[in-house]
Amino acid sequence: MARGLVAMSGGVDSSVAAALLRRQGHEVVGVTLKLWGGPSDRGCCSVADVDDARAVARRLGVDHHVFTYTDDFDRLVVEPYVADHAAGRTPNPCVECNRHLKFDRLLARAEALGFDRVATGHHARLVGPPGRRRVARGADRAKDQSYVLHPLSAAARERTLLPVGELTKSEVRALAGELGLRTADKAESQDTCFVLASGGRRAFLGDRIPLHPGRVVDRDGRVLGRVEDVELVTVGQRRGLGLPGGADPRYAVAVDPAAGTVTVGSAADLLVDRVEVPDLVWATVPVAGPVTVQCSAHGTPRPAVVDGTTVRFTSPERRVAPGQSVVVYEADEVAAGGTAA
Amino acid sequence: MTPRYLDHAATSPLRPEVLGAMVPVLRDLHGNPSGGHGPARAARAALEEARDRLAAVAGCAAGEVVFTSGGTEADDLALRGTVAARPGTPVCSATEHHAVLDVVGRLGGPVVEVDRRGLLDLDHLARTLSQAAPVAVVSVHLVNNETGVVQDLDAVAEVVARHAPGAVLHTDAAQALSWLDVAAATARADLVTLASHKCGGPKGVGALVVRDGRAIEPRLLGGGQERGRRAGTPDVAGAVGFAAAAELARVERSDLVARAGAWRARLVAALVAEVPDLVVTAAPTGSGLDHAAPGWVHVCVPGVRSEPLLFLLDDEHGVAASAASSCASGAQERSHVLAAMGVDPQAAAGSLRLTLGWSTTGADVEAVASAVPAAVARLRAAARHGVAV
Repeated sequence: MARGLVAMSGGVDSSVAAALLRRQGHEVVGVTLKLWGGPSDRGCCSVADVDDARAVARRLGVDHHVFTYTDDFDRLVVEPYVADHAAGRTPNPCVECNRHLKFDRLLARAEALGFDRVATGHHARLVGPPGRRRVARGADRAKDQSYVLHPLSAAARERTLLPVGELTKSEVRALAGELGLRTADKAESQDTCFVLASGGRRAFLGDRIPLHPGRVVDRDGRVLGRVEDVELVTVGQRRGLGLPGGADPRYAVAVDPAAGTVTVGSAADLLVDRVEVPDLVWATVPVAGPVTVQCSAHGTPRPAVVDGTTVRFTSPERRVAPGQSVVVYEADEVAAGGTAA
Repeated sequence: MTPRYLDHAATSPLRPEVLGAMVPVLRDLHGNPSGGHGPARAARAALEEARDRLAAVAGCAAGEVVFTSGGTEADDLALRGTVAARPGTPVCSATEHHAVLDVVGRLGGPVVEVDRRGLLDLDHLARTLSQAAPVAVVSVHLVNNETGVVQDLDAVAEVVARHAPGAVLHTDAAQALSWLDVAAATARADLVTLASHKCGGPKGVGALVVRDGRAIEPRLLGGGQERGRRAGTPDVAGAVGFAAAAELARVERSDLVARAGAWRARLVAALVAEVPDLVVTAAPTGSGLDHAAPGWVHVCVPGVRSEPLLFLLDDEHGVAASAASSCASGAQERSHVLAAMGVDPQAAAGSLRLTLGWSTTGADVEAVASAVPAAVARLRAAARHGVAV
């Protein structure tokens, strides 16, 4: 029996994670992380969410605390997010939050406070023998969150529990309902927590960096149109580029805020045979043979082979937006992860 | 594990005598004091007796006591009630409780700086009053809830009289009843906020002393209670409990001050001995804590963050303490008081407030004197790459 600290966001998944651990006989304490200091009461981890987490904890007979990490969150998640957008990259802040806060800062604090394990409500699993555990896809493929858990260090993988990874989302909600948890029917948050709380990406970024209109150009440099905010365009994007629709769709192939341009091309122009991942890290041992690679939070896994820090796609695939996480899977297990250059 | 309660500045346990005074009122005096029949008159009598007793402690006339639902409501009534009654800007110190600071901020009024020891900068007060003219009300608290620093209201009143002669002087004395002769300390204030639950009285009741002749627009309208200054059926039991607690606080004050003074010295000495790089917040250069009420030990611990420190103190040692203020979510907020005092934000991140009160024992103090260094040592050992957990 372990003493586990459960990160409770006030949502149904982390509520059920706490319930499952309690049921398994662990000594459980719940904590809500205060990450974002915005005054608006929307998005993840608002005061109402903390109240929900606390109510669930009370129902489960579990102590509940709040830990403030607003400064760290600002410095390690929000600022890099803003800087990436200013540079025309497409960051994934949830990955950075997991990397720096949930599975680093929180883990260190949990250990210092006498907890054996940290648990979250992520839909994923941890598999493998002690010392060589890896993140694996959750039982509910449609809800799988293994992608955003790729940055977990080896130490984090040993000390983390993911109780809801074996359940489908409907099983999670059913269990929450059975336990009479007020979060059983709570809607999922649909966007990055701090962006949602600030009224959307354009409002959030617009308050922090200058957003510039840009020229939409083809690969020969011919100007085809204009966009409002270059910094909000993502590689691979088709809509919102100020171009007429029709039989010959154009996609953003490159985004250059410094030059003020979005380069577009055909679907074929978007295809590449590789993605460079200079910060690629293997979870345990490198895999030389065929793997699959997922390049966005809900992207289809693509067959590939990893050669050093180059991921070579087996057949041409759509270009990966710079800044997105590239996660290498061996069957269902996260074998490696990094960031697209 | 014996629980050790070191958070009297947040609230204090109800005194047994106070409970004893309140139960018969709750049980038997059920009438509405506004009525005319027997039960109403009996309740009214209890309310008015409580008013008399509180007035004696506060050094004012009974008719100058307005019962409210607590210190926050009294602050609101003082500030908004004054501004509504007379033209002008509100002004307050930078280290007020949010119940004052946020109202002044909402009304667009300026704040006056404090020095590194937490004392109001009287020169800045003078300049601010001149610049903000016409000033409706100046609000300077008596005892700071985070640091225990005591302001010299007589000196403040002098400056106000000279630079904003028409302005009303309000003081939030919510923390003061256990520690000071409130009647003497607030003699020159026009409006005084008093709170019940900081000195062993019940929560949910407070008072605003409104000196005769000071115009206040009521915030709550309805039945015209409290001579038209604060409508709503009064909490008679609460008022009785409040008066009992205030009287006990006055009677026992010099003993408590002496006991707490010794305990504070003991705690500070023990903490400084075990954690030599710790900073006593209101006395950063070892200049002494004469200007702070003896119930407060506020320190900043380098290399440690408040939340895990408080967690360990509570979880491992049964010690209830706090840092700055708690916000609505239960998290600890960054302290505007420490910021105003010029405490470095890194240092302020490791703040710890231990506050003593009527129920504190010597055993509590000894337990805390060893618990804090133990918790600090454990957290420092857990820091990785120089980052506090």
